[in-house]
Amino acid sequence: MKFLSLCSLALLLFLGCKETPEKEAAENVASVETEIQENPPVASSLIPTYNFDELEETYFKVESDSTYVINFWATWCKPCVKELPAFEQLRENHAANKVKVVLVSLDFPEHVEKAVIPFIEKKGLESEVVLLDDPDANTWIPKVNPKWSGAIPATIILNKEKSKFYEQSFTYEELEKEVISL
Amino acid sequence: MKLKKLLTLEVAAVLVSFIAFSAFINSSHNEEVSNPVSVDGYSIGDEAAGINLLNVDDTMVSYEDYPDALGFIVIFTCNTCPYAVASEDRIIALDAEFKPKGFPVIAINPNDPAVQPADTFAKMKQKAADKGFTFPYLYDESKSVYAQYGAKKTPHVYLLHKENNKNIVKYIGAIDDNVRNASGVKERFLSNAIYELLDGKEVTVKETKAIGCSIKV
Repeated sequence: MKFLSLCSLALLLFLGCKETPEKEAAENVASVETEIQENPPVASSLIPTYNFDELEETYFKVESDSTYVINFWATWCKPCVKELPAFEQLRENHAANKVKVVLVSLDFPEHVEKAVIPFIEKKGLESEVVLLDDPDANTWIPKVNPKWSGAIPATIILNKEKSKFYEQSFTYEELEKEVISL
Repeated sequence: MKLKKLLTLEVAAVLVSFIAFSAFINSSHNEEVSNPVSVDGYSIGDEAAGINLLNVDDTMVSYEDYPDALGFIVIFTCNTCPYAVASEDRIIALDAEFKPKGFPVIAINPNDPAVQPADTFAKMKQKAADKGFTFPYLYDESKSVYAQYGAKKTPHVYLLHKENNKNIVKYIGAIDDNVRNASGVKERFLSNAIYELLDGKEVTVKETKAIGCSIKV
């Protein structure tokens, strides 16, 4: 039993690192998911987890020529899930233009194994996904943008010169337009 | 001739303002937050409009039903948002603590069940029964109340204080500093604000932010 769960974990880790998870492999993940649930979850080491200061340090201080598109979302947030394909498409179409997409999950840390990881695999998300684990939202929300009510989805588009904040849902066309016009 | 010219001018002016207005309407959705010049909803110190909404017990509820209340804890919340669910026990506890002190909880569900099927009136009744809500859980069917107040998400709290028979907004935001986990709370923003009002003091922390589910309309 223990060995099996270790294997499942190894498989998950392996998949998490893969560029393009194959369909067959994704199905395997679905079947090992129950296995994971039966066992005590191993901290959310499967996706990078940050508090706000760490997140800010890692992504909000752009020094390269890249444009970062940072989207705050959660697996339980319907409008967030609906707009994710637009972000995936943006990453794919504009990678050559140094556009980087970071999907900052606000899922509860205890739901990473049973909700976030399976979701990433099922949707085949290839954008970078990180978890923001910082309960004191009243302190960090205004640091993202003073106008943010705290509702998600919310997105920041930034490069080393400027940044723009959006509390709204995007279609691909709207998103691309904002990135190009930043 | 002069009249004709005047009329033409007038028609032109009306046309221009109509075009400008429709452009404003069209762009306001996208521009609203990326370019937040206009502030919608209530600010601290505003008088809150009355309500008359259907409760889960099939009666209509308004502020006038509470002539002895000193104010109201108005909470926009819903059935399924994980942040709302994580707040349920705290909302019940708030009602238990503050109703006897004159500040009853009034919960309002602003979500459109056509968009969020888990928020039908029948499911609201179920939620209130399952959790043993001790406060009204109202259905904002016309979607007018949340917009008027400026609620953006669930849960979203508006603390009202009765002054000269007007309900004045004294605090807007979160219940406390840890929506996810009640045991991790360090600061009870809303409770602190109510105690300050009860002591006849000004509320020190008037607005706070918390993550929530966008209102589904």
